[in-house]
Amino acid sequence: MTRVPDTDLAVAAAGLVKTFGDFRAVDGIDLEVRRGEVFGVLGPNGAGKTTTLKMLATLLPMDGGEASIFGVDVRRNPHMIRQLVGVTGQYASVDENLTGHENLWLFGRLQGLSSSRAKAMAADLLERFGLAEARDKQISAFSGGMRRRLDLAASLISQPPLIFLDEPTTGLDPRTRGQMWDTIRDLVRGGSTVLLTTQYLDEADQLAGRIAVIDRGIKVGEGTPDELKTSVGSSTLQLRMSDPAETADAAAVVRRVLDEEPVLTPEAGGMNAALPDANRAADVLIALRQSGLSIASATVQKPTLDEVFMAITGHSAEDETDAEMEVAR
Amino acid sequence: MTTQSTLLPDRETAEVLDRTLVARPSLRDTVDQSIAMAWRAMKKMRRNPEQFFDVTIQPLLFTAMFAFIFGGGLAGSVQDYLPWLIPGVLAQTALTACMATGTQMREDMDKGVFDRFKSLPIARIAPLAGPMLADVLRYGIAATLTLLTGFLLGYRPDGGVIGVTAGWALTIFAGWSLSWIFAWLGTVARSAQAVQGIGMMIMFPLTFLSNVFTDPETMPEWLQKFVAVNPVSQVVTACRDLINDGNFSAHVGWAVLGCSVVVAVFAPLAVRSYSRKI
Repeated sequence: MTRVPDTDLAVAAAGLVKTFGDFRAVDGIDLEVRRGEVFGVLGPNGAGKTTTLKMLATLLPMDGGEASIFGVDVRRNPHMIRQLVGVTGQYASVDENLTGHENLWLFGRLQGLSSSRAKAMAADLLERFGLAEARDKQISAFSGGMRRRLDLAASLISQPPLIFLDEPTTGLDPRTRGQMWDTIRDLVRGGSTVLLTTQYLDEADQLAGRIAVIDRGIKVGEGTPDELKTSVGSSTLQLRMSDPAETADAAAVVRRVLDEEPVLTPEAGGMNAALPDANRAADVLIALRQSGLSIASATVQKPTLDEVFMAITGHSAEDETDAEMEVAR
Repeated sequence: MTTQSTLLPDRETAEVLDRTLVARPSLRDTVDQSIAMAWRAMKKMRRNPEQFFDVTIQPLLFTAMFAFIFGGGLAGSVQDYLPWLIPGVLAQTALTACMATGTQMREDMDKGVFDRFKSLPIARIAPLAGPMLADVLRYGIAATLTLLTGFLLGYRPDGGVIGVTAGWALTIFAGWSLSWIFAWLGTVARSAQAVQGIGMMIMFPLTFLSNVFTDPETMPEWLQKFVAVNPVSQVVTACRDLINDGNFSAHVGWAVLGCSVVVAVFAPLAVRSYSRKI
């Protein structure tokens, strides 16, 4: 028997590579997830998030790099890794032909729980995930949100110390999405370590303590949501003029006060300007008043992760192809 | 990585976060997991009873149909043909049922739940062995119904209870063994339709170019050679010896050995290609 030195890192991965033919889906990604944190992997469709997660979960062989989970080598000890990680996939991986309770019981039995213990765990999880009334319903009768919750419950039945959530809310309506977020927050309060992938910038912002931004198989940024946002500049001032004809004059005033070129948004009859400090907004407004220019609205906004993504990669999060999805099939 | 030197691949267990991890599932775990998977397959069968069509209707239909079509022409009368036909149809229905095992496995593997099975710390063979174990029930139904139809048509085998039971058991064993070929097909084929198509291509020559329906003596010599090495012929001959004569002949030994070889070759192949599938 070997005692693995206790490590503070739940996941330590260096130089992960996965190629599908000529396509480098994951091209040298390093990840360090500390124990007890929620770590978000953010990127558009096809960036390599799911592929990275699948390699760490032993579902795909690694083509390059090293990875360990709680100190256990992923490549050499796949069976041990599977005992440490609960995986919830993008598509609910539960059995259509079984009821909610039967699904959880089966997954419990497969992982060595006694029949009665598996029953108790299943009942408890169904209760916790608000699925108690659906326990004897076949999954084919479940709604999308219920399936996802059951799927998450299924990955918790063996109480794994690390949970992988692969795009947990993709395709859910906003209300169900909010419920799923609450469930994930509860999970984290219970002390689990979570590695989460998402293409939704607000989801990473809401749930993750630290975020790695991935684009085209490469990690392009990492930090807390606030650090990432600060890296783009602190806030944006959005202005709309009462008379769109005065926009050019107003832009000249903004340029003078902030020493920064505002971005005109003609369709909105206004402009956006980066503020080094939110307080400088007042200077701009006073200067506009003194010049006799009248504004219809003025808002100061913290940068969104969308802007972060733009700033880091030079393109928006939405415009990437689904190349990886196609190749991965 | 600093951890590699501390955790050697040949260690059986490791302590991580107060958990004892095992490097691979034990035999006991593998059996338990396969039984849990068989339970799942049984539930699935019970909720989709159309899965029983091929093992209920076909034995009734084929036995009666072939007895009345070929009986007079090949053996003079239906009565005289039955001892030849019934063991043959037994093997044929078992083979057909095998094909369904492969097709259903392929269908099943396309479902999301198989992603979860792959991520669980379970023996890689369990998701395959479970449904195969449950399908023993289907072969059992097929074999029982074929024999009953035969009895109904007036078949009175001389093998006695022991001989008939042994023939019945051999049919089920042959069905289970040969289904590993189709399970392997299921793991390499692109779709359930492909399994069905390839399965048909294997099934037809195996059942018709055999001694299932007629004595190979009447066939051209080149065909006789194929019939002689056809594993189905071996199983059929063994079943005839058992059921008609209660004779545990060398054919029985060869049939059991042949089936075991099939399992020994195709079970590892199936597990290997299943584990590789994304």
